[in-house]
Amino acid sequence: MTSRMVGQPVNRVEDPRLLVGAGRFLDDLGQDAAELAVLRSPHAHARITDIDVTAALEVQGLLAIYTYEDLSGPLADPLPLLIPHPAICAGRTQYALARDEVNYVGEAIAVVVAENRYLAEDAVERIVVSYRPLPPVVGVQAARAAEHLVHEDAPGNVAAHFVQEVGDAAAAIAAAPFRLELELAIERSASTPLEGRGVLAQWDSDSQRLRMWTSTQTSTGVRAAVAAKLGLDLGRVEVITPDVGGGFGVKIVHPWPEEVLVPMAARALGRPVKFTEDRREHFISAAHERGQLQHIEVGFDATGRILGLSVRFWHDNGAYLPYGLIVPIITSTQLLGPYKPGAYRVEFDSLYTNTVIVTPYRGAGRPQGVYAMERTLDAIAGELGLDRSVVRATNFIQPSEMPYDHGLIFQDGRPLVYDSGDFPASLAKLKALVGWDDWPAYQAAARAQGRQVGLGLACYVEGTGVGPYEGGHVQIETSGRIKVATGLTSQGQGHQTAFAQIVADELGVSMDDIEVVTGDTRRFPYAVGTFASRAAVTSGSAIALAARMVRRKILKVAADALEADPEDLEIVEGMVRVKGAPGVAMALGTVAVLSNPLRYAFDEASKAATQFVVGDSDLPPVNEDDEPGLEGRDYYSPLRSTFANGMHAVIVETDPETAEIKILRYCVVHDCGTLINPLIVEGQVHGGVAQGVGGALYERLVYDDAGQLQNASFMDFLMPYVSEVPESIEIDHLETPSPLNPLGIKGAGEAGVIPSAAVFASAISDAEGFAITAMPISPSDLFELRRRHAGTDRHNESIAKKEPTR
Amino acid sequence: MTGSWHELTLIVNEVPLRTTVPARRLLSDCLRHDLGLTGTHVGCEHGVCGACTVLVDGVPMRSCLLLAVSVDGQAITTVEGLAGPDGELSAVQQAFQDCHGLQCGFCTPGFLTTITAGLIGCPDPTADDAREMIGGNLCRCTGYLNIVAAVLRAAELTRARSGEVADAAVDSGQVP
Repeated sequence: MTSRMVGQPVNRVEDPRLLVGAGRFLDDLGQDAAELAVLRSPHAHARITDIDVTAALEVQGLLAIYTYEDLSGPLADPLPLLIPHPAICAGRTQYALARDEVNYVGEAIAVVVAENRYLAEDAVERIVVSYRPLPPVVGVQAARAAEHLVHEDAPGNVAAHFVQEVGDAAAAIAAAPFRLELELAIERSASTPLEGRGVLAQWDSDSQRLRMWTSTQTSTGVRAAVAAKLGLDLGRVEVITPDVGGGFGVKIVHPWPEEVLVPMAARALGRPVKFTEDRREHFISAAHERGQLQHIEVGFDATGRILGLSVRFWHDNGAYLPYGLIVPIITSTQLLGPYKPGAYRVEFDSLYTNTVIVTPYRGAGRPQGVYAMERTLDAIAGELGLDRSVVRATNFIQPSEMPYDHGLIFQDGRPLVYDSGDFPASLAKLKALVGWDDWPAYQAAARAQGRQVGLGLACYVEGTGVGPYEGGHVQIETSGRIKVATGLTSQGQGHQTAFAQIVADELGVSMDDIEVVTGDTRRFPYAVGTFASRAAVTSGSAIALAARMVRRKILKVAADALEADPEDLEIVEGMVRVKGAPGVAMALGTVAVLSNPLRYAFDEASKAATQFVVGDSDLPPVNEDDEPGLEGRDYYSPLRSTFANGMHAVIVETDPETAEIKILRYCVVHDCGTLINPLIVEGQVHGGVAQGVGGALYERLVYDDAGQLQNASFMDFLMPYVSEVPESIEIDHLETPSPLNPLGIKGAGEAGVIPSAAVFASAISDAEGFAITAMPISPSDLFELRRRHAGTDRHNESIAKKEPTR
Repeated sequence: MTGSWHELTLIVNEVPLRTTVPARRLLSDCLRHDLGLTGTHVGCEHGVCGACTVLVDGVPMRSCLLLAVSVDGQAITTVEGLAGPDGELSAVQQAFQDCHGLQCGFCTPGFLTTITAGLIGCPDPTADDAREMIGGNLCRCTGYLNIVAAVLRAAELTRARSGEVADAAVDSGQVP
């Protein structure tokens, strides 16, 4: 047998081209294209009273200038609200170019197309826009106070108000022996891929077709939106996703204004047009995430068992709501993690502010939810004087309770039902890995030496692999090469490798013979996109199913040719052969030739399939339930999400003088079901943890009261360098295969980042002896907190603002 | 507005290339869009991320902070110039593949050039040396651990390869 590839730490097939500079990222394409630059609002909130382009017209190399006045038909309508939800009471989206009013610094007002970007920017600088400034609404507090409105017709700045409840949480809390309340805050961060957004479009006037490339997480989504906006038949639009320099969520939003304006200009001008976002533009005109204020009430018994949990939170959705309520809905549901509170109520407002839009960033609302829940569990443990891990274990859903139905509706509109997971086993692994039971002695010894060390713990469950579906196409060419396509896109996750591993196993072929294409609507036009750690689950499953179809066909065609029973055949290293008689064999390429009855032989090999050579004269050459060619196309549509889970522990040391926070150890236990490629999964965990470190300790998006983003550069937005990440990340895997898909996989893309705010808050609280209730936390923040807590008995202070009732 | 145009010669990956650019043309744009060498990537255009790092006369420099006219006549090494003439990956490139040191690959060229130069000055790095070597480059995907491992692996591979070269020389009777 060929050795099994799934589960092996196979080196990535993507690497060779990327290592020699032969990757094809968006701005590497279209070298002859005209370039587009955007005039963006310098005001957070203003009426536009005039736009004067006269001076810009003198710029040499100028090709066109567009403002809202130049848009017509669907292009003049607001951009789509992609995910409608009944709880949205005032859904507002921006126009491709601002019409009368701007609502955040960075909103697109006009675009210039010129011979190159330098000249386009020259022209942008010469456009004079007159504004009448309006009072800006910045931050959740201001939005909630609603002294001023972002949108006149969105009272209270409320975009949506949503409540879900299981049981009677208020009554359960009131009746509980112990009660606590917590006020928590978490600030904005952002995906910040190293490559920003970018789009290139070519209009072919001869065939009246549009071809575009975009740095996106959904080529099919862009295709449908662009066709609708430009009034083109879907069949006339092709969208290709080239190599993408990171996404982390921000590139799932579509269509960006530039994604409709670039093709519009390309069609109007009759030449290729390209837009490449620069770094400042990415900060002020792409998307952010995370900002929330949370109020939690919890009732529990003396063992720490939660009897009732009520969470009220306020979510900052920025100036518009193109992606609906996905982030706050995920916060509100995934907050529950591996736990089963007796009764649960969650209520949130999604609020408008005059800032950049908020859409999913890796983790997508889960980091906030996990932070809320894990801070609560630490507070309960502190209140009762119990071990934090024991309180968690007390509240775990048990393996025997799987599948576990929370009685809530998840982000995909389907019931929140966990498919599998063994939380006690995960916790036992983590405690062993970090040395949990030895911690009190270590901490006491360190304290005796004047060192402040803290251990944090946080657990999460992550709904992954959401629907609606993905598809896969597998074709064996007459050369024996295997072409695989799926519609969703890749941003560095190694899909080409992982999917090739799956196909290699299903077909019994070498990975070297397999070529995988993602995110090209010409190759696979039906798809959803890459988000929610869903690619391996959905496309991986679909590709496996498609490969199984092909395998059945291979065996049927080969059985006819070899005069054998299909049951007696096996495929080994690209040869179909009779089991036990390896001499009776046929190459897959030959099977491919035979699968397509021919009238014309185009080469030596194809002679074998011509009409005087093959076929039963009593049957049609292509039988009724058959198709020519050796290919299969299948889809995987999950009934519900799969649920991966994990637990992290971190040990930090805080400097008694400078309040610097140093990571001593970082431990991860991770269960994403069946591992396709441990090397890739580990890389995903590393990257997620590093982003989590950034989000917990360094990254914030600092708006001033006027709505100006003060740190819109890599100089000021403190993304971690190597010096900020742990020197090692200790990882232990648990593999609880999902019963919901053919491979038992659950998805791993986001996991590493999810518990970061929670685990660092837990560790720093443990080190300092007072509760951390606002994240991220900088040394300055910690220094200030120490001053505020000076004089109190820090090591006995509760996280919560209320003492227990009994 | 575009100012005067300048003719210049850049020795890129050992090949002299002539081009004409406006004075304000960045070296990164010149390499990518005038000379078609798109392996050098631009991540921030303010010198912080390091994706655009190229070697100028062997020294790592941010090509987004250099005007093309300012390096007229100098030798530039880009990521396209790291592999051997037969296409064999350099030790650093091979180490990145071996250690899964890249994910999306966008920042990778800047790491490769930086490390290539770094290992010349520090051929036998410790893990701390490796972290120091890559301390000025941003990566959003990998969390850096595998890149640190790749630096150490590249040093190993370089030693092994130079050993092979020496062995081959001995085998062929050449005097080094």
